[in-house]
Amino acid sequence: MANIQEKIAFLFPQAAFTVDGNDILQVSVDEKDWHALAESLKNDADLAMDYLVTIAGMDWVDALGCVYYFMSTRHNTMCSVRVQAADRDNPYIHSVADLWRVAELYEREVYDFFGIVFIDNPDMRRLFLSIDWKGFPLRKDYDDSPAINPPSTDNERQTDYTNVYHLEDGKVVKTEREIFHKDDFVINIGPQHPATHGVLRFRTAVDGETIKKIDVYMGYIHRGVEKLCESLQYQQTLHFMDRLDYFSGQIYHHGLCLVYEKAAGIEVSRRAQVIRVMMDELSRIASHCLFIGTYCMDLGATTMLFYTLRVREQILDIFEKTCGARMTFNYACIGGVMQDLAPDFAQDVKALLEVLPANIKEYNKIFTGNVIAKGRMEGVGKLSREDAISYAITGPSGRASDWACDMRKLRPYSIYSELDFEEVTRTEGDSMARFKVRMDEMVQSAKILAQLVDNIPDGEYLVKVPKVLKLPKGQWFQLVEGCRGAFGVYLESDGTTKPYRLKIAPPCLPLAGVVDHITQGSKIADLITIGGSLDYIVPDMDR
Amino acid sequence: MNNLSDTNIFDFSKITGPIHDFLMGFLPSWATVTVECLLIGVGLLLAYALLALFYIYFERKVCAAFQCRLGPNRVGPWGLLQSFADMFKILIKELISLNHTDKFLFALAPYLVIIASMLCFAVLPWGYGLQIINFNIGIFFLVACSSIGVLGILLAGWSSNNKYTLIGALRSGAQMVSYELSIGLCVVTMVCLAGSMNITDIVMAQENTWFILKGHVAAWIAFIIYLIAGTAETNRGPFDLPEAESELTAGYHTEYSGIHFGFFYLAEYLNLFIVAGVATLLFFGGWMPFHITGWDGFNTVMNYIPTPIWFIGKAIALSFVIIWFKWTFPRLRIDQLLTLEWKYLLPINLFNLALMVCIITFGWHF
Repeated sequence: MANIQEKIAFLFPQAAFTVDGNDILQVSVDEKDWHALAESLKNDADLAMDYLVTIAGMDWVDALGCVYYFMSTRHNTMCSVRVQAADRDNPYIHSVADLWRVAELYEREVYDFFGIVFIDNPDMRRLFLSIDWKGFPLRKDYDDSPAINPPSTDNERQTDYTNVYHLEDGKVVKTEREIFHKDDFVINIGPQHPATHGVLRFRTAVDGETIKKIDVYMGYIHRGVEKLCESLQYQQTLHFMDRLDYFSGQIYHHGLCLVYEKAAGIEVSRRAQVIRVMMDELSRIASHCLFIGTYCMDLGATTMLFYTLRVREQILDIFEKTCGARMTFNYACIGGVMQDLAPDFAQDVKALLEVLPANIKEYNKIFTGNVIAKGRMEGVGKLSREDAISYAITGPSGRASDWACDMRKLRPYSIYSELDFEEVTRTEGDSMARFKVRMDEMVQSAKILAQLVDNIPDGEYLVKVPKVLKLPKGQWFQLVEGCRGAFGVYLESDGTTKPYRLKIAPPCLPLAGVVDHITQGSKIADLITIGGSLDYIVPDMDR
Repeated sequence: MNNLSDTNIFDFSKITGPIHDFLMGFLPSWATVTVECLLIGVGLLLAYALLALFYIYFERKVCAAFQCRLGPNRVGPWGLLQSFADMFKILIKELISLNHTDKFLFALAPYLVIIASMLCFAVLPWGYGLQIINFNIGIFFLVACSSIGVLGILLAGWSSNNKYTLIGALRSGAQMVSYELSIGLCVVTMVCLAGSMNITDIVMAQENTWFILKGHVAAWIAFIIYLIAGTAETNRGPFDLPEAESELTAGYHTEYSGIHFGFFYLAEYLNLFIVAGVATLLFFGGWMPFHITGWDGFNTVMNYIPTPIWFIGKAIALSFVIIWFKWTFPRLRIDQLLTLEWKYLLPINLFNLALMVCIITFGWHF
């Protein structure tokens, strides 16, 4: 960290440095230096911050701005940059979409919520809200009166044009850019479509069966979780985590709890940590099971779904016994977990571990080796390692492109550093690799479970925490490994009982962003293969 | 030709003949033909509907068994009345009329599809003496009729004025035209062995050994190709691209509702039966009981089983295999589908035809 600071201070003497609650260096620069700093961060060999983790838009009342979080895949270091837009009434920041491809999407999100215009971003539209929405909801002075934005009864409005903003003589100039040509044959895949796994919409320009371009529309289940959190106490924000990626509910809960516990200085008992990790890994197996089933179904092999659901059911039964729920568990909480384990938890987990290998073998026998399955998946939707990093494709999809991006290994949290498991990576980067990585990750998760199931220590499962939690001023950023990739939480606290800003960095948003890149030139059927193999969850990207 | 008269196979013309004579007794011949056509028509429609209902039930049960489920089990004993309930539901459903469609073609399409499948249905060899039209190009007629179906599908996709249905229809057109070739060549191969295009003659030629045994290697190759092409021809998985659920929602019949949708649905199941029936005819002796030369006792026992049961039983057994495909394999992609046909099946088929001709010329068959 000291090296990064020295290096940046050498290049940009005017930059200011602080450290956030998780010991990540924070650099504050002026907007006019920002793009130059970004270039150095990306291209300097000592910094090599090639992975843009998230962009959190901020409203500091006196100014609007962004907090960028970066990670270097070469040095495994992190840093963050805080940039303020100079003029609150007419805010703009230079885009970094030319350096990190994922920034294009992230900046659209910031624009949508804060109205900050990103200069030279090739696609400056709203991302989640409809195009005629008035106001920017995450600004502190936003008026949420229904009179301003009445519920619409008209058809959805759309346009084939997007805006690009340039800076000319210190003035922001808006130009229009065409997304689809007038003669393009555009098919609408979604928002109600069996293969989009939720209400996601791809406007797809095709030439016969060949895809020319895809424009992703999101926001159909945008619930404004980040905005809602700002008006709720810390404990009350937790339950939203079950409703983002509903298969990673346990893990997301865990992640948010880690942030709050770090901020409040709460020590969680060993027993609670082991329980949390076991729940995480169980949900990872359950999630991958469902992935395999639905993915095979997307490819036309319906029967596989029922085979994988058998194992998933068994895991959900385990959850149900302990948490009382099968989907929205609301289990991990600040200070530990909600309830103690069910008495036959260990026994059930052992029963699961016993049947799992035979099931995985069966899946491989039915599907993986099938000649049609191979034909459909091998070489389809190839994603190179550089692109995976640039598009911030984490999780199994990133690891299939040979990017070791498992946050359990890179930034170990809870008890993961003590556990013996391997990070599964593959080099092919195609749909088959993404499928196989998940298959192998189930084995690794089972390995973790096997290490823990007989070693659940005694002790309290929940330490005493004040009913109303008050966090000190500061910033915290935590990454955990969700079932679909790196799940980040950025918390900025102003010392009250409610978060000043809670930014959720979900893994699925970049996954949807890469679809256009890796489907170009493929067939319509490949869109289903590729979309399925990326395994995005729409509520996770929409929030 | 009729050398089965001295065996104990029941000849159904013993029933149909007297009816014909009875009608001829007091009606002019044109009236007799009209009455007979009506009777046969009603009988066929009934058989068609019943078989379709059976197939819907059968597929659901088989699929459930593959997927560790029970399948329909609430309506009637073992869920037997489920398909009847489904049929009544579909009959009373509203026919939703859409704006911006070509109304006439939109309504015509399902009838084309179902008529094509009914015409094929009519020439199947149902049993000894139960051949409805016995003419010298029977199998040719069958192949020709089955090609009309694709017209209906193309019309359905085009007249719906919907991008999904259009893509579905185009896929279907490409697929059917391609695989029709394979089916045609397989049929030609087996017709060579039979020496006739008359359906009764083809069955009779298999009195002692079914063609699948008689033609050995060439017949096996033809059978495998026929099964693949037949599956493709019926738009069933792994070749269900025209209605690829996860890509095109329901493909060419996305916009249909009520009984018009029901027609597509029925035709699909009946095409399954027809494809299996033709395979039975060409490779497994049609309605011919299983005979082993020299085992007279065994043959006599086999002959006691009525011939329609033989035919339908064989056809259902073969459709089971096709259903099995669907619930096991993932779907092919359109380019892979066409590659399979044009680069592999077609050359193999042409070679196989030559092989079959050699086998017949040199008398290498059994």
